[in-house]
Formats: sequence, structure tokens, C-alpha cells
Amino acid sequence: MQHTAIADQIDTMHDPDTFITKYVWSQDHKVIAIQYGLTAVFVGLVALVLSALMRLQLGFPDSFDFIDPNSYLQFVTMHGMIMVIYLLTALLLGGFGNYLIPLMIGARDMVFPYMNMLSYWTYLLSVIVLLASFFVPGGPTGAGWTLYPPQAILQGTPGYDWGIILMLASLAIFIIAFTMGGLNYVTTVLQARTHGMTLMRMPLTIWGIFTATVLGLLAFPALLVSAIMMMLDKVIGTSFFMPALVSMGESLDYTGGSPVLFQHLFWFFGHPEVYIVALPAFGMVSDVLATHARKNIFGYRMMVWAIVAIGGLSFVVWAHHMYVSGMHPAFGFFFATTTLIIAVPTAIKVYNWVLTLWRGNIHFTVPMLFAIGFIFTFTHGGLTGLFLGNVTIDLPLSDTYFVVAHFHMVMGVSPIMVLFAAIYHWYPLITGRMFSDTLGKAHFWFTFLGTYAIYLPMHYIGVLGVPRRYFAMGDTDFIPESAQTLNASITISALIVGLSQLIFLYNIFWSLRYGEKAAHNPWGATSLEWQTKDVPPHHGNWGDKLPQVYRWAYDFSVPGAKEDFIPQNHPVSPEEHTAGEAS
Amino acid sequence: MIRPLQTLRQKPWLTQASEQLNLIPEVDSVAAARIALRFILAVVGVLFFLFVITYLARSQYPDFQSLAGAPWQPFTDTSRLWLNTSFLILASAAMQAGIWSAQQERQNRTIGFVSAAVFFTVLFLFAQLQLWQQLSQLGFYISTNPANSYFYLLTAVHGLHLVGGLIVLGYLASKTWAVDSVTAIAKPLQLCATYWHFLLGVWMVLFALLASSPQTINALAAMCGF
Repeated sequence: MQHTAIADQIDTMHDPDTFITKYVWSQDHKVIAIQYGLTAVFVGLVALVLSALMRLQLGFPDSFDFIDPNSYLQFVTMHGMIMVIYLLTALLLGGFGNYLIPLMIGARDMVFPYMNMLSYWTYLLSVIVLLASFFVPGGPTGAGWTLYPPQAILQGTPGYDWGIILMLASLAIFIIAFTMGGLNYVTTVLQARTHGMTLMRMPLTIWGIFTATVLGLLAFPALLVSAIMMMLDKVIGTSFFMPALVSMGESLDYTGGSPVLFQHLFWFFGHPEVYIVALPAFGMVSDVLATHARKNIFGYRMMVWAIVAIGGLSFVVWAHHMYVSGMHPAFGFFFATTTLIIAVPTAIKVYNWVLTLWRGNIHFTVPMLFAIGFIFTFTHGGLTGLFLGNVTIDLPLSDTYFVVAHFHMVMGVSPIMVLFAAIYHWYPLITGRMFSDTLGKAHFWFTFLGTYAIYLPMHYIGVLGVPRRYFAMGDTDFIPESAQTLNASITISALIVGLSQLIFLYNIFWSLRYGEKAAHNPWGATSLEWQTKDVPPHHGNWGDKLPQVYRWAYDFSVPGAKEDFIPQNHPVSPEEHTAGEAS
Repeated sequence: MIRPLQTLRQKPWLTQASEQLNLIPEVDSVAAARIALRFILAVVGVLFFLFVITYLARSQYPDFQSLAGAPWQPFTDTSRLWLNTSFLILASAAMQAGIWSAQQERQNRTIGFVSAAVFFTVLFLFAQLQLWQQLSQLGFYISTNPANSYFYLLTAVHGLHLVGGLIVLGYLASKTWAVDSVTAIAKPLQLCATYWHFLLGVWMVLFALLASSPQTINALAAMCGF
């Protein structure tokens, strides 16, 4: 029997007919995507509030009674973990991956819809377990998002009792959810592409999501292994990571485990995780740039190669997070070299994005503004990564705000810029409505300028030597008074940026009801998701017959063509074919 | 040249007449499941690979006492481990025989072999549990030594993967029961068998590791740079 995801006849796809099967226990990839998206945005807002709280303490120390050193560390930890795993990974892959993969490759759904549904509900469970840690005795863990042992499970660290257990359990559940979703994404891309959709005709969005999913499938086991082993250290008293030590004047039963082993495992997951977030963003931004510049993406093949190369290299750079961990110094040389090598395909991508804009017919739409904003923030974040990738520069800068500024620019702000670009770009398809352009542009400028107001000075206070994770500086001779003024300025900017996200939320929800009805394919895009019969697409996506693909996804401004874009499912005329042969 | 490289060398911007297209072959559910299985095996493989690597790294700390080598260590005599292993080998073999029977459309023999595979798998799991019991009776508790911790952890994770396999096999059997055709089960059964063989392979690696003397473990760890 042919698989339903790629069957021409949809008799085998039972349309959901009750509210429950349509919107709750839904197996439709679009509904699951929205469920993933809404949950991720909700939990992301929690993390945003946590960052505002920690900024209040840093900007105006001794002003807020409800923030003590313990709660400060808990805010830092939960903010980091939620943003990286439960927002970015879930929204980019669970949200956009689910929505776009079947539509962009011309399938009716994921190949395993039931498992897809399970993936979302398991993800929701992981979020509930994580958030439950706010309500247990001792509160959530305050071990820092890297959860380094031995301190993560020792008395003295906030949430050392229940908080860390719930965090580790939540991570394990998340990984199960991701694996179920991830198996679906890769299998669907490999098996359910419609007729004519060869791998090299896939939009870069799909290449990014596909490669990131493969990375996730191979990297998340490292986090699972470390979570299981740390859980056993905590609950049963094994000594995988816990060294023999004296805590609070008392000799503990641990017998000499290796905390550095945990760091290796964590970063073997942690560094690919950067690219699990970045690669889908790279793909989506490429498609947004090409569509709104009305120009084919520059160097498509090289973009694909770069995505694959970055994916491969991301597994051999992990220990650049560990230059100060006490590992063998020779490792530093190796990992610094690989880190610099990975900058090459990354730089190729940045050049290609810029060259796509070069002499393009740039439309400054809201998605395009965010996409261009991404090129700025990513270049800045990437360049400071080159600084930190070198051992000799990293040593003095390690654990300062320079590092915080770097990773926020490169994997916080940059993917978020792409997420906003993507939400605005695909909003008409998902909802059938247009958003308010004015509100969208206001949102962009507040966010873009605001993040620079936050992170440029943060690099500077990092160079001054202000250490990260500290609740308060106290009297520290080498840090000038002015650093505190900068910190206050950063906090005010952060609060403005945080509040400006309300514009986004208002725009999204207001436009759902009052937005102008979206025209069919309002951006003049070429990729398949815009060529569905209905907007938003109905269950089964394509009506009776699957689309046939005849060309790649970047036929913009083709000389001699009637319009400035030719959709992928538009047949090739004999003249066009001859012209193609000649070139 | 291998296929992925050929794919990556294609020039998609050149338009082609539709008849020149490499159309995607018609795909059935089993083909999709086969791809998914390959990824599952990769994920499970990475999981156990990482456990093994950490085992070797952890073995180089002074408190680590291998479970084999000295005469008083439980796995110096491997006969009990071999007994358990034989159950898993029989399970794997029965599964393979089940496929051959299904391909020959011999329904009763298929059901018999698959049932035998389930029986031997469950027997293996109980035998592993009994091994746990034996070790703890001898004083080899989970937290007394990291080697013990790894033994309990690795066998538990491996066992859970087998339980997962049994659940999938049960689901498959219930579907086939409804269809009442043994040929329909041959292809999906092949996927189950691959998973069983893979877990047998994983267990052999774990067995070798757990039953290795300190010298062997040290040599392996040195090869890995620990």
C-alpha cells in the first residue's frame, strides 16, 4: 500500500470531524505545529520575564527585596535552559519543522502522524515537569544552564534537592519527544517528497531543518546519557561525575567521579545544539531573503554544502567551551583549529546572503527587515566567536560578560530575528490574514536597536572583566564605577525590548481577527507551501492530486518570464528548457 | 562516485524537461519505517557508544574496580553471562527463522518462531534481573563502585530497549492478527529482526566490556586517549 503522506487519493486520510480530533489530539502536522509553537512561545515568555528579573538585579542592585542570590541563580538557570531547549529547539523544529516540511516538499502530512502527535504531548509533559520545579520545596535548580556537577546536586546550590531532579527528568522527557518528532522529520524528507522534488530542489529551509534534525538525533543522546548518570549520582548515590569531597564540613559518600567527564558529554551535545538552532534559522532566512529580494539565492549548492559541512564539523568543536576546565592543553590547539575551520562554511553563508541582496529588488517588508537584521546580529555574534575560539583570548575572557554577549548575539538574538522573520513571512499562510505592517515595523526597530543597546555595552563590560553569574559585584577594585552605569543602561534597554514584544503579541492576535484577508501567495513566493489550493491549507494539503515539481525554489526575476517569480510546480516551457541547456 | 555526492553536485537551477526528472519512486509504509529504523539504530548506537566511552574514561580513576580480572570478581567466570547471552542469541535466531517462514507463507511456523523469539527475549530479561539479584547478594551494590554502577545502568538501558522492541512487536502482531495474512508480516518483521540483531550486537559489546580484565580496559582506554 502506498503511504498516505504521498498518495494522490486521500480516501485513506480520515478528516478529523470532532473538536478533540481536530484541535487537541490532532494528527495533522499543521495543528501540531501550532500546538508546538504556542507552547514554546508561552514558555519563552516565562523565560523572558525571568531575564527581566535578573536584569533588574544587575542594573539596580539592592533595590528589590524579592530577588535574593538564590532566586537570582534560579532565574539565570531557568532562563537559559528554557530559551535554548524549550523555546528555540521546540519552535524551530517542532513548530516550523512540522508546519513547513510536508508543505514544502509536497506531502500530505508527516509519514508517522500518530508519533508526531505523541511527540507534541510528550514535549508538553516535559514543559509541565520543568515548570513544576517552580512550585517544589527549594524551587527550581540554580546550577546554571550547564548544570555542572558537583555543585548542581550539592547542598548550597538552589534547588539542589527537587529542582535538579525535575530538570533532569524534564530534559529526558524532552529528548524522547524530540526523538519521536525528529524521526518523523528526517523520514518525511527522505521518503515523502512529491514527484520531481529532488533533494537539490528542496528549499534551503528544508535543508536546514533536515540537517539540524540529524544533528539533534545524534547529539541529544549525549544529554540523555549525562542526565541519566547525574540523576543516578543524585538519587542513588553513584559516583559517575561526583568526586570524593567534603561538603558543609562533612565527608560525602562519593568516591571520585569526574566532573570534567560531564562537561565533555554536555558540550558534545551543547555545541551541536547551537547548530540545531542555527541551521533551520540559516535555511529560513535564505528563503525569506530570496523571496523579498526577488532574486535567486546566491550559490544554492554552496549553501547546501555549507549546511552539511557545518553539521559535520559541529561534532568536533565541543571542547572550545572547556578551555578553562583543566583538560589536556593539547586539546585546546585541536579544538581552536576546528572552531576556526567551522567559520569558513559559516562565512560562505553570510557572503551568499549579502550577495543575494546585491542588486536585488529589495522589498523592505517586515520579514525582510528581520532577515537583514539577522545578517547584522549574526555577523557580530559570529566574529566574537572567532575571538573566543582562540585559547589565548578565551582564557582572560572566559566567564565574563563578553561570553554572555557573544552567545546571546549568535544564538539568542540571531535565531530570534529569524523566528520573527519566519512568523511574519508565513503568517498569511498559517492564518489566512495579513498582520499590521506598521506594528510589525515598530516591533522590528524596537527589537533590533534594543538588542544592540543591550549587547554592545555588554561586550565592553565583559572586556573590563565583569564576571558573569554574580549576583552583585560588591567592592571590586578592577571594575570601574562606570560599569554599573552601563549595567543600568543595559537593564533599561532590556526592559524596553521585553515590553516591545507586547507589540508583536498584540499584532499577531489582533490580526487573527481584524487583519486584512491574505491574498493567495501574497509575497510572490515560488516554494510549494504557497501553491496550495486553500489558504490556510486544509487537511491533506493538496486536494485530490499531489503537486508535480518542475524546478528549484528560486526562480525569481527570470528573464523573459511573465511574472517575477515562477512557482516550483509550474511546468517548464520548451523555450525555457532550450535556454537552460544552452546556459 | 557514491550517490550522496552525485546528489550534491546537481545543478537545480538548470531547467529540465519533465521526462528527464528523477521521479521519486512510489514509497510504501514499510520503506518509510525502514528509513526510520536506520535512524533509530543510529540514535541507539550513539547512546551506547557514549555510555561505553564514559565507561572507559571513568575506568581510569583510581576507585574503579573492574568486575572481571581478579578471581573474586563476579565476571571473571563468564559462564553466567554466556547463559544469558545464549537466550538473546536464540531470540535473534528465532526471529530470523520467523521471517524465512513468513516469506514461505507458512503461517503456523511463523507464529511459532516469533513466539519463541518473544519467549527467549523475556527469558533473557528475567535472567538479567536475576543476575542483578545475584550481584547485590554478593555485595556488589550499584553505588559501591563505578564499575558496578555501569553494570546496572548498561543492562537496564539495554533491557529497556528490548522491552520497547517487544511493545512494537506486540503492536505489529495485533495488526497482523486483524489482517490474517502471514505474508503481510514478512517485511515489517524483517525490521523487528534487524532491531533484535542490533541489540544482540550491542549486548555482545557490553558483555565484552563488562567481562574485560583491568589490563584490557586500560589498553582500550589508552587507545581512546584516556
